[in-house]
Amino acid sequence: MELFELTIHELSQYLKAREISATEILNAVFHRIEEVEGKVHAYISLMKETAYEQAKEADRRLARGEATDITGIPIALKDICCTKGFPTTCGSRILQNFIPPYDATVVEKLQSAGAVFVGKTNMDEFAMGSSTETSYFGITTNPWDTERTPGGSSGGSAAAVAAHECIAAIGSDTGGSIRQPAALCGVVGMKPTYGRVSRFGLIAFASSLDQIGPITKDVEDCAILMNHIAGYDPRESTSVPEPVPNYRDFLQGGIKGWRIGVPREYFIEGIDREVEDVVRQAISTLEQAGAHIEDISLPHTPYCVATYYIIAPAEASSNLARYDGVKYGYRSPDGRDLMEMYKRTRSQGFGDEVKRRIIIGTYVLSAGYYEAYYKKASQVRALIRRDFDLAFERCDVILTPTTPTAAFRLGEKREDPIQMYLSDIFTISANLAGIPGISVPGGYTKEGLPVGIQFLGNHFQEGKLLKVASVFEKTAKIEKRRPLL
Amino acid sequence: MDLEPVIGLEVHAQLLTASKIFCGCSTQFGAPPNHHTCPICLGMPGVLPVLNRQVVEYALKMALATNCEINRKNYFARKNYFYPDLPKGYQISQYAVPLAEHGYVEIETENGKKKIGITRIHMEEDAGKLVHDEANPVSYVDFNRTGVPLIEIVSEPDIRSAEEAVQYLKALRDILVYLEICDGNMEEGSFRCDANISLRPRGRSEFGTRTELKNMNSFRHVQRALEYEIKRQMFIIESGGEVVQETRLWDESQGVTYAMRGKEEAHDYRYFPDPDLVSVLIEDDWIEEVRRSLPELPAAKKQRFMDEYGLSSYDAGVLTSEKALAEYFEACVRKCGQPKTAANWIMGDLLKLINEDKGTIKDCLVFPEYLAEIINLIHEGTISGKIGKEILEEVYGTGQAPRVIVEKKGLVQITDTRAIAEVVDKVLTQYPDQVAQYRAGKEKVFGFFVGQVMKETQGKANPKLVNDLLKEKLAN
Repeated sequence: MELFELTIHELSQYLKAREISATEILNAVFHRIEEVEGKVHAYISLMKETAYEQAKEADRRLARGEATDITGIPIALKDICCTKGFPTTCGSRILQNFIPPYDATVVEKLQSAGAVFVGKTNMDEFAMGSSTETSYFGITTNPWDTERTPGGSSGGSAAAVAAHECIAAIGSDTGGSIRQPAALCGVVGMKPTYGRVSRFGLIAFASSLDQIGPITKDVEDCAILMNHIAGYDPRESTSVPEPVPNYRDFLQGGIKGWRIGVPREYFIEGIDREVEDVVRQAISTLEQAGAHIEDISLPHTPYCVATYYIIAPAEASSNLARYDGVKYGYRSPDGRDLMEMYKRTRSQGFGDEVKRRIIIGTYVLSAGYYEAYYKKASQVRALIRRDFDLAFERCDVILTPTTPTAAFRLGEKREDPIQMYLSDIFTISANLAGIPGISVPGGYTKEGLPVGIQFLGNHFQEGKLLKVASVFEKTAKIEKRRPLL
Repeated sequence: MDLEPVIGLEVHAQLLTASKIFCGCSTQFGAPPNHHTCPICLGMPGVLPVLNRQVVEYALKMALATNCEINRKNYFARKNYFYPDLPKGYQISQYAVPLAEHGYVEIETENGKKKIGITRIHMEEDAGKLVHDEANPVSYVDFNRTGVPLIEIVSEPDIRSAEEAVQYLKALRDILVYLEICDGNMEEGSFRCDANISLRPRGRSEFGTRTELKNMNSFRHVQRALEYEIKRQMFIIESGGEVVQETRLWDESQGVTYAMRGKEEAHDYRYFPDPDLVSVLIEDDWIEEVRRSLPELPAAKKQRFMDEYGLSSYDAGVLTSEKALAEYFEACVRKCGQPKTAANWIMGDLLKLINEDKGTIKDCLVFPEYLAEIINLIHEGTISGKIGKEILEEVYGTGQAPRVIVEKKGLVQITDTRAIAEVVDKVLTQYPDQVAQYRAGKEKVFGFFVGQVMKETQGKANPKLVNDLLKEKLAN
């Protein structure tokens, strides 16, 4: 085993035992990056210089015996998290030269725990996409098959973890942007409860849906990162002052007697046969572990995608208004007056998918349409939330496929936005309801592509999700394969 | 045609909180450009707003002082539009559910008291300022003002004349200043007013087409702009034309309103609830706490001054127009017990001195107890009223206590009958012709004798004693 192939919890033990140093791990990771980054293109930028400083500092901290379980661990950050003094692009030309004078709260927290930042990962522009193909900085490929997408929008983070170009990564999830790429890349990804992890310094796409979360090699690493990033932040009004448990405590014990809901609306036409097989297999695995499987209904599921594609663009159209060329980022050099400067800056600075969503969002908020679209969508959203409230009265957790198919081919859905939007069909509901969700590897297709299983939990029940995911991981004993790069 | 103006005002008042509404930056006026800014008020990517509680409290004060109903749960909305002084591309304001609604203030008109309805009061953030380079085709943005808290106070269309509009504005301004939540400075823009105005045949309930007037930076501007606009619309309607709904700007130097160019009217602000902020929940306890903390408001104070001190409506109005002035008056009355005299001194000589000096009652060296002392000195006959005025000026300039000045300058009134009698005798001896004239029935000469006695005593003789002694001696 190479160092870069290990998990946080494995490396952390070696580090604390002083068997290896943080600098050695970082060397290994950068060596790996040199080897495979040309094929994967997981990163927009590498933070080599500061990473080595952080690694050295981590080694000193380890020597002093003041280390945490992520001190010295190389972590990749989705380029949507603001990093003080280091370019943060959000995958967009319009922020190509933007250097934030502040760190995101999550970045601050990881840094103070001694993490080492490898670089900023590629993503769909402003997190709008499900394939990392809308990035201004080129596409990212799936390490399992470089002809295929890693998913998105946190495709860079998921691919970096799968390709061992970092030990773990941070992503963000507005409609599935952590869970979907985690599933397609065969890694673990969690979207926490809305309000659980601070959004301060996370460049906003859709403020009421966005949430930061970990992408890791296994469930234990997910729990470790959650321990470090979760918690109340007075800088965010929607942050919730709910105490943070030690998520590692949930990795022990079983799920005997747990009721696991399987919503019938998630087994629709269009779901890939092989994906369905993997899910059915997972269900029987959990039954063997002592869980009761309950057939449940989430009746408003068919409206999730439509609701999402009103609310998310509406918020985005407003959130992205600040990119106007006046203060920072890209400004078109050839506008002769204010209006022309605005138009050219935004025409040239944003890509097609971002423009499409700004236009949709502007439309649904316009006078005369607001009631029919935005307001109606907000009402439907409340019904979707209620579906889950009722379901969690009966179930401990809900199990679904993470995605309807395994990784699709690059370019396959690029020209068909509806098909692209449908790849998030099973993940969107958690964002609309504000509940946590986790995707864990569930098996492979015949072609050897990973398939993800999604567990959804009630608000602030990340612990339960980690427990069921951990039991599944241990019980299913899914064959460990390595992407051949 | 008998046309009646229908006017509604939208007032923006900057709140005197130490920090901005959604970040910790200072609200202080006059700092170098962009000194009071941070990533939050600059609208940088990924930053989030956190509501300043003091803003809600101040807004709540105004809402309660203007008899509004409080929405226990209200929330912020985004008002979306592009302008370089608006860093986020939207203004955080309140829309569907504002802080407060359905209030009123009372104004005085020729026909007595009148209630002007308040439709709503909501909280919002101010925008920045553009600075245009006169010499070059370049504009700069100063974001110091961005995020300074504002309340917007929207009136019902209850106002029927320019005078009423000014009365209403002054009433609002007085309340804000009394509450110490706004400095009420129209010239500096911390108290701003836009007006909606239309005309309709008297007696009809439907509204005519309105125009919105902007750029009025003083009460006088508001008055003149509305008067002009009433005439303009009247002329259009009477000559068979139609008023165009538009925004018009007041040009003070030309004395006219003119249509604002551009696509101002085409705005669709696409309001929607701001997902970065949670609802503002206002508990009954908080409302009661704020209500208890409200000071006596201008209208109530004026009424009390009339009832308690027997002042005229006019005098009570002047003395309560400013909280500090009212406090000064009451402090003075406590020491001298003569409300009417105190009112006359304050409104006359004292305010004249202050105004000439462009000073304020707060910085005035004639402390209320000093003025009371002057009034008492006159009342007990130690000095004359004339000397009193001289002393007032002296105190105003030096801050010395009146008694000290009186003693130092020997200004104590001569009340010694024997001393005055000596001067009277001297004067009568000096002017035998005039004495003869008086005794022959020409009583007008009496004033001449008084003047001479006062001159001899440098004005220090007690006038009443002078009168009595002169009469007595001339009669003999």
